[in-house]
Amino acid sequence: MKIRNLNIDIALTHIITRRRQTLVAALGVTIGIAIFLFMNSLTTGFERFSQKEMFKNSAHIKIYKEDEMSEPLQENSKPDEMHIIVNPKITTGSKTLLDPQGLIHKIKKQKFVTNVIGQVNASLFYNSGKSQLTGTGSGVNIMEADAMFGIKEYMIAGNLEDLQGSLNSIIIGKGIAEKLNLSLGDNINVTSSYGVNKTLKIKGIFSTGSTQTDQSKSYINISTAQQFLKEGPSYITTIYVNTPDPDKAPEYAAKLQSLTVYRVEPWQVTNADFLSSATVRTVMMTAISFSILIVAAFGIYNILNMTVMQKINDIAILKAVGFTGKDVIRIFVTEAIVMGFIGTLMGLMIGAALVTVLKNVYMGPPVGYFPITYELKVFSLSFLLGLIVTICAGYFPARKASKVDPVSIFRK
Amino acid sequence: MESKDIILETRALGKYFYDPVKFKVLDNVNLDVYKGEFLTMVGKSGSGKSTLLYCLSTMDTEYEGELYIGNEKITGKKTDELAAIRNQSIGFIFQFHYLMPEFSCLKNIMIPALKLKKYTIEEVEAKAYTKLKLLGMEDQALKPASKLSGGQQQRIAIARALINDPDIIMCDEPTGNLDTKNTQIVLELFKEISAGLGQTIIAVTHDPDFAKASDRTVEMIDGKLSNH
Repeated sequence: MKIRNLNIDIALTHIITRRRQTLVAALGVTIGIAIFLFMNSLTTGFERFSQKEMFKNSAHIKIYKEDEMSEPLQENSKPDEMHIIVNPKITTGSKTLLDPQGLIHKIKKQKFVTNVIGQVNASLFYNSGKSQLTGTGSGVNIMEADAMFGIKEYMIAGNLEDLQGSLNSIIIGKGIAEKLNLSLGDNINVTSSYGVNKTLKIKGIFSTGSTQTDQSKSYINISTAQQFLKEGPSYITTIYVNTPDPDKAPEYAAKLQSLTVYRVEPWQVTNADFLSSATVRTVMMTAISFSILIVAAFGIYNILNMTVMQKINDIAILKAVGFTGKDVIRIFVTEAIVMGFIGTLMGLMIGAALVTVLKNVYMGPPVGYFPITYELKVFSLSFLLGLIVTICAGYFPARKASKVDPVSIFRK
Repeated sequence: MESKDIILETRALGKYFYDPVKFKVLDNVNLDVYKGEFLTMVGKSGSGKSTLLYCLSTMDTEYEGELYIGNEKITGKKTDELAAIRNQSIGFIFQFHYLMPEFSCLKNIMIPALKLKKYTIEEVEAKAYTKLKLLGMEDQALKPASKLSGGQQQRIAIARALINDPDIIMCDEPTGNLDTKNTQIVLELFKEISAGLGQTIIAVTHDPDFAKASDRTVEMIDGKLSNH
């Protein structure tokens, strides 16, 4: 017989000899933790999914030249005087970044940068016969852009590689293809807002799941885009930067800002609406899952309270033979911890099973399988909270047990 | 009479009950208990004898006056200190046996000794078996306490009270729930413990035969200790 700690030994004996009650108490935790885990997996899964959706079109950090307002040529000399030479409006000056290659080179040297691409955005008209669609052409090095935005995933026809190095090729959105009745290998007539007209061969069709994007966006070679805009080979309108952690984009953006005069914008600023709805969602889900935990905690509290009432004779005798109030607290808190541990483990298993079931539900394109993930962070958080909640819920009945007056029990 | 060491002493002990009305249940009790003595306390129910016993036991601390055990002032000590004193120096035997039903008899007996931490588990176990043998219960050692008859349970409770070789053994109606045969066994044992081993026994009882068999009997009348 080996006994390391008498209090723990007594607690374990209680637990083992009262398996059913232990199990019922543990089940209370199990349900709470399973649902907590499930809800949080849903939230993080959805968060990931929608973030990924967003990063199809925007990078973590975007660098571009902001529109400049023209300045009046002469400043007002007196407060009640006003010289108007020209109405202030945005300059017709080009949107190009000066020395973009130098800047890209500098950015690439930063340790936290995982990916940098330069892009030329051109407003385009897609024509087929008399029909015309407006949209944007993204002039890119297609393989670099794929590395950043994962375009390959959304390709439904053709190959990305075919665009590489070809000046007369284009990859268009599914919506454009449908509206203009075009398919892979067809020619498409494209006009830019600067009046440049080209006939390009369709080398690929993509579908992002966003109708808006699919009906307007196309990928062309960066040189083709420069030609559409009647600009030279150093012309670049936007630089996109990816970092290891999108959540830290504002920090990184601030560092990049010191390298350039142009506007450096983290995605949180560009997509502020996305961010605010995500925040609301997170707060809501957290509130719901914590309420569930509180309900579970009350279950444990109740059961432990009952245990204390049933064990009141034992508590009296323990105190009579020399156990202190602290010993009694330790005994009952140990019981709570064991129940919490068993319950939490079962909860994690059931939660994981629920996640697995939902993970295998096919939602159809473009979502695919339900976006829910096994997240180590969520699992460990659930485990920790399960234990903390049971310890808290177990402490109060234990304290009550420690205050039992043995004399009042013996005199009954 | 040979010289007697006082093991337990009260000075002007008084206690009130407040519920339902204020009532003086112990009134100026001065009691000396000698080492190795088998003392019984008798009195009508409500006379305060059990209340006095629980004050002596250190479990009840709400009294006036002072309590000394082995020349040490007990009154005013902290609850944790009192718990340690109970663990080491006082054994308890109650009318209802108060064993812990989930544990084996052996474990029930061992728990106070394991709490004391003076001996290793093996030594405690050996000691527990000696006590069981003393009570003729060694064959019941590994049975759950809840499976025993009343008389057997009471003997296990006695073994538990003896395990730490306490100076004082306090009993509240130790034979109240026992038949004549078992009462006789307990009585013989108490005599042996007090006379043979020098341990002091303070027992509250209703049983005149039991009281007669003790070394000394004190009577409580309306909260006062009457002449012995």
